[in-house]
Amino acid sequence: MATLSPTTAVEKAAGFDHAVVSFIDAGGYPFSVAGSFVADGPGAVVEVGPLDASVMPADGQEVGLLFSHIRPQPGIGYDERRYVNAWGTASVDAARRVVRVQVTSATGWDEAETPFFEYAERTVDEAKRYMDELGARPRLSAWWTFFLTTRLPFLTATIVPVALGGAVAARHHRFGWGWFGLAMLGAVLIHLGLNMANDLFDDASGADKANVTPTPFSGGSRVLQYGLVSRRAVVTAASACYVGGIGIGLYLAAARGWGLLWIGAVGVLISLAYSAPPLRLVHRGLGEVTTALGFGPVTTLGTYYVCAQRFSGEALYASLPVALFIALVLYVNEIPDRDGDAAVGKRTLPVRWPKQRVINGFTLGATLAYVLIVVGVAARITPAWTLLALVTVPMARGVAAGLRKHYDRPYDLMPAMQRNIALHFVTGTLLVIGYVIGNIVR
Amino acid sequence: MPTPGVLPPPVAALVDAALVAELTVVDGRGRPVSYPLIPLYDGSRIYMTSSALFSKKLRHIKANPKVSVAMTDPIGVPAQPFARATVQGDALVHDGDLHTDWERLLPLWRAKEPVIDKFVKMRFGIPLFFERSVIEIAPTRVTYWLGGDTSVPPEVFELAGAG
Repeated sequence: MATLSPTTAVEKAAGFDHAVVSFIDAGGYPFSVAGSFVADGPGAVVEVGPLDASVMPADGQEVGLLFSHIRPQPGIGYDERRYVNAWGTASVDAARRVVRVQVTSATGWDEAETPFFEYAERTVDEAKRYMDELGARPRLSAWWTFFLTTRLPFLTATIVPVALGGAVAARHHRFGWGWFGLAMLGAVLIHLGLNMANDLFDDASGADKANVTPTPFSGGSRVLQYGLVSRRAVVTAASACYVGGIGIGLYLAAARGWGLLWIGAVGVLISLAYSAPPLRLVHRGLGEVTTALGFGPVTTLGTYYVCAQRFSGEALYASLPVALFIALVLYVNEIPDRDGDAAVGKRTLPVRWPKQRVINGFTLGATLAYVLIVVGVAARITPAWTLLALVTVPMARGVAAGLRKHYDRPYDLMPAMQRNIALHFVTGTLLVIGYVIGNIVR
Repeated sequence: MPTPGVLPPPVAALVDAALVAELTVVDGRGRPVSYPLIPLYDGSRIYMTSSALFSKKLRHIKANPKVSVAMTDPIGVPAQPFARATVQGDALVHDGDLHTDWERLLPLWRAKEPVIDKFVKMRFGIPLFFERSVIEIAPTRVTYWLGGDTSVPPEVFELAGAG
C-alpha cells in the first residue's frame, strides 16, 4: 500500500460510505466501531459519529481510521477494492458524541490506480523476508518450475525458423528428417540456455526487480525474484543447455560441413551478447536487431545448411519476414517493461522513443514483413503459396490497435502482446505450409 | 446466555454473510492497524488467511495476539437484517506450512469467493500469493448492534473462557 499525505487521505476518504474508528480498549484489545462521518480534506480532519458513549475512545487517545470499499460480484467474489488507513489523535465531543480525528499519517490502496498484480509485485521483498525468517521457500510443481524457468512457450521463436529452413531445403530436395531433428534439438537447447542466461543477467542488473508490472509475456520468468529457483540451479541449467546445444552444433559442423561453424558461432555469441556484459546489446537498443538476426537468418540458414550442406539465398530471404515478426515480439513485450528497464539503464527502443514512434515502428515493421512476402513471390524467389501468410494482416492490425488503446496499461496490453506472439507463430507457420504445399503441387 | 467458544447465532450469521471484515491488530508502536480480509467461521473459531506478500499483520499478531474482527460494511456484509458487530479475541498464526495448510479453509473461502478456485489453478502465475499463513481467532467478547446503528447502546456478549 502507498503512503498518503494526511490531506490526500482525507480527500480520498470523502468518497467512502462509512468510517471505522479503532482504538485500544482498557483490556489491551483493539476495538472497532463504524459510523457516519464528515471529512475536511484541506484540514485533514475527520469527524465520526454520533456514536454510543460506551464505544468511544478516550479523549486524546491515538486512533486508527479505516475507510474500505468492495463491490460484491455474486457467484464470483468481489472487485473494486480500495481502502484508506489513517491515524491521528482523537478529540471527543461528549455532548455531540462525535470523535474528531486530526489525521497525521495515512496509507492506502485502490486497485483502480494500482492493479492487484502490481500491488503484489511491490511486496515481493516483504514476502521473501517473512519466508526467510520462517526458513520457508515458495514451491511449485517440478513441471511448472521447469515451464517458468525455461519460458518454454517462447520456443515458438525457434521452432518457426527451423521449420522454415527445413521447408526451403525440402524445396531443393535436400531435406532429411534426422539432420533436421538434430538441428531443431540444438537450436532449442541454445534458445532455452539464452532464456535462462537472459534472466540471470537481468536479475544481476536489477532490471527484472525494478519491473513491478511483469506479465506472462514480459518482465522475465520471475523465478529468481520469487525465490522459486536458486541462481546456482539456473546457472547450471543454462550452462547444460548451452553445452548440449554447442555440442550438437559441433557434431553437425563436423558431419555436414564446417561452414556451419561460422553461423553457429554467430548464433551462440549473439545469444550471449544480447544481455551479457560487456556488450549487453539489448541495453543499447539493439535487442531487436540481435533477435531478428538470431531467430531469423541464423536459425533458418543454419538449419538449411545442416540439411543441404550449403548456404542458400532463398533461405536467407525467406527468413526475413520471420525475423521481422520475432523482432516485433520483443519490441512489443518491451513496452510494459520500459519504466523498469529505464530505471537500470536498459535503453530499449520503447525506452528511447515516444509512444507514437513506437506504434509507428510496429506498423512499419509489420508492413515491411508483408511486403517482403509479396516481393519474394513476385520475384519468384519463394513459392506462390507463401502468400497464404498474408491472411494474418488483420491480426497485425489488431496488435497495432491494441497498442494504441492500451499502451500505458501493462495488464490491459496483455491481449495485444499475446496476439503479437501468435502473429509471429501463425505467419511463420503459414510460410512453412506455403513451402510444403508448393513442394507438393509443383 | 452465550455458549462458551461459540458466537451468538446472529453474530455467527453476520460472519458467515461477510465478504469482508476488518481485522484490527496492534502494531509495534501500540497503534491499531486495520486490514480488510475475508472472515471464515467454522462454528468456534474465526479464520483468516494472509499471503506472505502481505505479512506485516502476521508479525504484529505474533508480537501481540490481541485482535478484533469487525463486520461494518452494509455492502460487504450482505446480511438480512443488517447488523454490525465487533468480535474481540486472541489470535494464533499458523505458518508451519505456508504452501498447503491454508487449503483446509478452501471450502469456507470458496463459499464466499467462488473465483478463488480459478486463481488456485493458476497459482503458478502468482506463486507467492499462495504461500499463506492461517490466522485463527478465538473470540472472547462480542459487541453487537442489531440494525447497525452504532449511536445506540450495543448488546455485549462476554465469551471469556471460550474454547
